[in-house]
Amino acid sequence: MIGYLARRLGQAALILLGISVVTFVLLYLLPADPVRQIAGRSATAETVENIRRQLGLDLPLWEQYWRYLSNLLSGNLGRSYLQKSEVSELIAARLPASLLLMVGAIACELTIGLTMGVVAAVRRGGWVDNLLMVFSFISVSAPQFVIAILLLYVFAVKLGWFPIGGYGTFAHLVLPSLTLGLLGAGWYARMMRSTMIEVLRQDYIRTAQSKGLRGRIVLFRHAIPNAILPIVAMIGIDIGMFMSGIVVVESVFGWPGIGQLAWQAIQRVDIPIIMGVTLVSACAIVIGNLVADLVAPLIDPRIKLR
Amino acid sequence: MRRLLLSGIALAVMTMASPVFAQAEKQGGSMIVTYKDDVATLDPAIGYDWQNWSMIKSLFDSLMDYEPGTSTLTTDLAESYTISDDGLTYTFKLRQGIKFHNGREMTAEDVKYSLDRVTDPATQSPGAGFFVSIEGFDAASDGSAKGLSGVTAVDPLTVEIKLTRPDATFLHVVALNFSSIVPKEVVDEFGADFGKHPVGTGAYSLAEWTLGQRLVFARNADYWKAGVPKMDEIVFEIGQEPTVALLRLQNGEVDVLGDGIPPAQFLEVKDNPDYADMIIEGGQLQTGYITLNVTIPPFDNLDVRKAINMAINKERIVRIINNRAVIANQPLPPTMPGYTEGYEGIPYDVEGAKALLAQAGLSEGFTTELYVYNVDPNPRIAQAIQQDLAAIGITVELLSLAQANVIEAGGAGTAPMIWSGGMAWIADFPDPSNFYGPILGCSGAADGGWNWSKYCNEDLDAMATAADSMIDPAKQADRYKAWSDVYMGVMADAPWVPVFNEQRFTMKSARLGGPDAIFVDPVHIPVNYDYVFDKNVQ
Repeated sequence: MIGYLARRLGQAALILLGISVVTFVLLYLLPADPVRQIAGRSATAETVENIRRQLGLDLPLWEQYWRYLSNLLSGNLGRSYLQKSEVSELIAARLPASLLLMVGAIACELTIGLTMGVVAAVRRGGWVDNLLMVFSFISVSAPQFVIAILLLYVFAVKLGWFPIGGYGTFAHLVLPSLTLGLLGAGWYARMMRSTMIEVLRQDYIRTAQSKGLRGRIVLFRHAIPNAILPIVAMIGIDIGMFMSGIVVVESVFGWPGIGQLAWQAIQRVDIPIIMGVTLVSACAIVIGNLVADLVAPLIDPRIKLR
Repeated sequence: MRRLLLSGIALAVMTMASPVFAQAEKQGGSMIVTYKDDVATLDPAIGYDWQNWSMIKSLFDSLMDYEPGTSTLTTDLAESYTISDDGLTYTFKLRQGIKFHNGREMTAEDVKYSLDRVTDPATQSPGAGFFVSIEGFDAASDGSAKGLSGVTAVDPLTVEIKLTRPDATFLHVVALNFSSIVPKEVVDEFGADFGKHPVGTGAYSLAEWTLGQRLVFARNADYWKAGVPKMDEIVFEIGQEPTVALLRLQNGEVDVLGDGIPPAQFLEVKDNPDYADMIIEGGQLQTGYITLNVTIPPFDNLDVRKAINMAINKERIVRIINNRAVIANQPLPPTMPGYTEGYEGIPYDVEGAKALLAQAGLSEGFTTELYVYNVDPNPRIAQAIQQDLAAIGITVELLSLAQANVIEAGGAGTAPMIWSGGMAWIADFPDPSNFYGPILGCSGAADGGWNWSKYCNEDLDAMATAADSMIDPAKQADRYKAWSDVYMGVMADAPWVPVFNEQRFTMKSARLGGPDAIFVDPVHIPVNYDYVFDKNVQ
């Protein structure tokens, strides 16, 4: 176990290093000059060169990267070019909101996805099953931007049940979580349905039924716990999916998380912020995957760590 | 010999005499303003965004300002000023007893410090270039001297600024955000984080800033202008998608849409009689244009540039943006002094355009590229341009890119054509010179400059310099005529297709009061917060 963990952590460090190199090179190759964004439209050529020198953007790529990496290793993500603030401070101010949103999304996708999967499996082949599978198909394929605006219009503007965007209370959390969670819910519904169908065919279910147990007890005590295990282990992997989703969802709902921060930074070539958010998201994904792998054998003894 | 040009007292009387500000509204109340993008900084030497421009004007003051809702210069922290006969020395007399938000009194030393700071290369101010006419600018900006040798604090209430050449726009320059007066001790205390802890002399002070969420401005009780500002508090909610912000305004949750009415909802809102009193329309010192890169063939041929000017159906483009603009026929917007009245422009004439192309030996047409900022409605406008040019045989490939990429291509001179929408050009100050140097003059044509046509006409540059040397206010009309000649010279060379001048539409809640002009203020963009009042507390 310890050896496995050490190996995985070593791999994680390599992955993060690789991501930092790739992102850095991509940003360098971008046909847009961050210095011009800082210098603005009235700057003289001298001002532009002066800023370039001060930020070290006149250095060769490898030297720029080396500087960045050595700062990073001492825990310094640098200062934003345009906001002039510490990137770590900007991310720290926004990270809790994004995490909260992800927790909300996980709750939504599990509740909705698993329920749909179970119901569909039990009513396999019937119209309820078909309807649920069509719904899961839509929730997987509909653009989150459209879902977000639709939910806002119906539940916030027309019905007034929830606030129109913003951040702060539980009511603010519901619609963005739902938007972000619906995509995963569609996947989970399909997976839960197939594992449930698998489980319901097993001998121990038939035994339970033949013992004369009521359908509900068979379902909740014997079938669902066995079907749910492999799915729960996948939550960690969802974090990667959320990281791309939050950019859209946070922008529409005015949710002050790191997705919004990244989106604004990309538009203005604010390299330190883009790098910072990318590395933080990559960390989250790596950790999510690691936790998923570590938890899996605990809940399903058939899986072994190697 | 020095002449007293304008006394602050006389001006104050004039201002008070105007009917708009005659009634004194009660102070109190609060309002909520929404913006989509984060407020990057509130440091006046650095801030140059849509959302922080007017915020900075409320937190800070400069030597000069403009009458609310107009582009008429007035004194601000300066009580009066004099200009020497040769136009090279400006002497500003400061108001007595002006206090920073931290309670300290502002002096001439602060003015000197602030101007030194904005031109110091370490500050990385995007506005440093505006101060180029001050003596000692070159030495200060290449780091060989600390501070501007031309700026002196004569006594605690007198500042003298020496210029290297007469500059008729200089009073506008000291009214810019970049000229805001900041207290040295606070800048020293926070260093690079001053932009998050701004302290000025303005009508409001920063009370709270939750990064990425909201900012709260509180009324400066010690503000030197009696009865200003009107509100006790302004709350800025950040990160609000314009579509969502509009829904919230309709729901009564917010008061001002900082980013305006989203294009897709514009007609629906504009045609709804319920909102008639909530929408305010105003002109804007803005021109939308197509640049034709005169260094890239065949745009080096005047006939080709004229043909393109004749081929663009500007009426249709204005319709595409729901008539939120007026058709332009010259670089300057109609409300800018120096605008040439009665000029017809290059008329829309498809057959004439084809004839000109044939004359240039291009009757078969040619293929070229048009760069455009990828945010609505700009790609749709670019498509209209593409269709118009197809009608005269020119095949246009659209490159719809992020703003930074378009600006890069424009500055590097690799873009044959650029549609300027969403990037350029809103005037920094209401003077015709501001539409020339950076975007049409030779200096802006250098690598990385904003003159994306790479157009450089030395004769016009000389005329422009001559016009800006006419500092005598009695000759102002002559100066504007000189500028009008410069822009007519530009039109003769046709490096641009001027397409339209945007109109601004601000939407506000019904309970907000104040003259319409301050909601579409030409200088305090987008809204002059200091004069907005709450009808409910009256």
